[in-house]
Amino acid sequence: MSPENNLLLEAKGITKYFGTITALENVDLKIHAGECLGVVGDNGAGKTTLMKVLSGLYKPSSGSLFFEGNEKILESPRDSQNLGLEMVYQDLALAGNLPIGENIFLGREPTKNLGLLKFLDFKKIKELTEEHLGKLKINVKSADQKVEELSGGQRQAVAIARSTAFNAKVVIMDEPTAALAIKEVGKVLDLINSLKKTGVGVIVISHRMDDIFYVCDRVMALFQGTNFAEAELSKTSRDEVIGWIMGKK
Amino acid sequence: MEEKDKKKESLYVKLIPYFERYGILLLLVIMILVMHILQPDVFLSWRNITNVFKQISWQSMLALGVFMVIVTAGIDLSVGSIMMLSLMVLAIVAKAGAPWFVVILVPLFAGFVCGLINGLGITLLRMPHPFIMTLGTLYIFRGTGNLISGGTPISGFTDEVRYLGHGRIDLTWLGLEKSQYLPVSLVLIAIVYIIFWAFMNHTRTGKWIYAIGGNPNAARASGINVNKILVIVYSLCGFLSGIGALILAGRADSGYPNAGLQSELDAIAACIIGGASFFGGRGTVLGVFAGVMIMGILRNGLNLMDVSSFWQQVLIGSIIVLAVYIDVLRRELGTRK
Repeated sequence: MSPENNLLLEAKGITKYFGTITALENVDLKIHAGECLGVVGDNGAGKTTLMKVLSGLYKPSSGSLFFEGNEKILESPRDSQNLGLEMVYQDLALAGNLPIGENIFLGREPTKNLGLLKFLDFKKIKELTEEHLGKLKINVKSADQKVEELSGGQRQAVAIARSTAFNAKVVIMDEPTAALAIKEVGKVLDLINSLKKTGVGVIVISHRMDDIFYVCDRVMALFQGTNFAEAELSKTSRDEVIGWIMGKK
Repeated sequence: MEEKDKKKESLYVKLIPYFERYGILLLLVIMILVMHILQPDVFLSWRNITNVFKQISWQSMLALGVFMVIVTAGIDLSVGSIMMLSLMVLAIVAKAGAPWFVVILVPLFAGFVCGLINGLGITLLRMPHPFIMTLGTLYIFRGTGNLISGGTPISGFTDEVRYLGHGRIDLTWLGLEKSQYLPVSLVLIAIVYIIFWAFMNHTRTGKWIYAIGGNPNAARASGINVNKILVIVYSLCGFLSGIGALILAGRADSGYPNAGLQSELDAIAACIIGGASFFGGRGTVLGVFAGVMIMGILRNGLNLMDVSSFWQQVLIGSIIVLAVYIDVLRRELGTRK
């Protein structure tokens, strides 16, 4: 497969202003099926802003997004979700007071409809949750467990499960291992690798070189809101990538 | 040894959800028993129990509305004023000679519109906290109620209008005495609470209300239109306050300027006693009902024993603090740190 054929998502010339602050200037990004792209950069380099533009949470001030070759305008996260673009947030974006299953299907719950009223189909939620967690080899006591009772790694796994429950094509992860105990990091990274094998394009934002070099195929660096450098992982080194983060080539 | 500890811990962990769900009912049962022991002849009499239900009838509507708002981690201070304004509108429409079914629908609509104003104000005007918007409308709605009525009571409604608040369901066909009737307001409470229990626990919108209280960012990131849900919640809260006005119209047979004064605080207290968390996302409809009952029984019981209303204030305040302290302990036990 040539890389051009399985291009999933392309961002061209993304610029984002917040008042007088320029958070992103003319940023390009590409992600292919089954590929993992690492996005690195110092705090304030614009990584999170870029991801929020890709997920439809922010509208870019200028620039365009192409999904499988067609230009798309994202009005809300729902639009990007409908295209198969999912985001796993740094703060996990899970509701701790709800059970695992209801978190995974939050906003897209299977329902039995009675006129205008949409009643939740709890049985189906549980079935689908167990099936999906099983597919990703995520072990939890029960799909009915509340998320606030889980460990950090389990929560991250639920967040990733949530992002892939609806046949996602691209999953964007913001610092997926930042909040985890060391022994849990490996499990989450392995989960990312198995996602890649299913043909999902994964974008990982991370400060941790270990993570980037364990799961990514390509790495790009942002510096002060612009594209600074980009390379295949096999053609670069940790020291070089760390240099990019600091703005040195 | 370690194994044993683990077993003990897991039993403990298993019991927590039951305490969370039914602990408040236990408190209610204990209170009823204590009152029964203290006042064996009067407290559990048909007359007194129906009295308690009649006394809590309109408060239970306000509490249910405020409960939904508290689940979203918000607050509605204006429910007492919404009820008063709805009552005044009802009284004016009734005095103008409108047919009874119009008179009944008018307060529900007025309450709904007031709630809608709260919801739109909080979301469109981007108020930093619902406290501020509803503090404002607490004054605005009561002021409006006084403006349209001239600040004087308007009394005398027809039996049809008073039916929900004052009607009696005769039970003599069951072999009971004539004095052993069922208040219509009690049936209304039961129906409304069952509907809202189903709404909060079994519909998608209800689940989203809990999700917003649990983590608004998660809800937003899930594509839930948080502002729309908030407008729905505040509108429903206003609508329930309108039902409260209709019940009060039946009970008092009058629209009066002081209706529902400070009742927003009673409503909040009932929610908190019933286990709703101010941090949002926690609490049950059953708990709110228990909270309303606990306050009603406390007031009733203390009245029966001729305890001064000043002591009632002290006791209700203490129960609020105690109930929230139990909530704090529960959170510490139930959540991983």
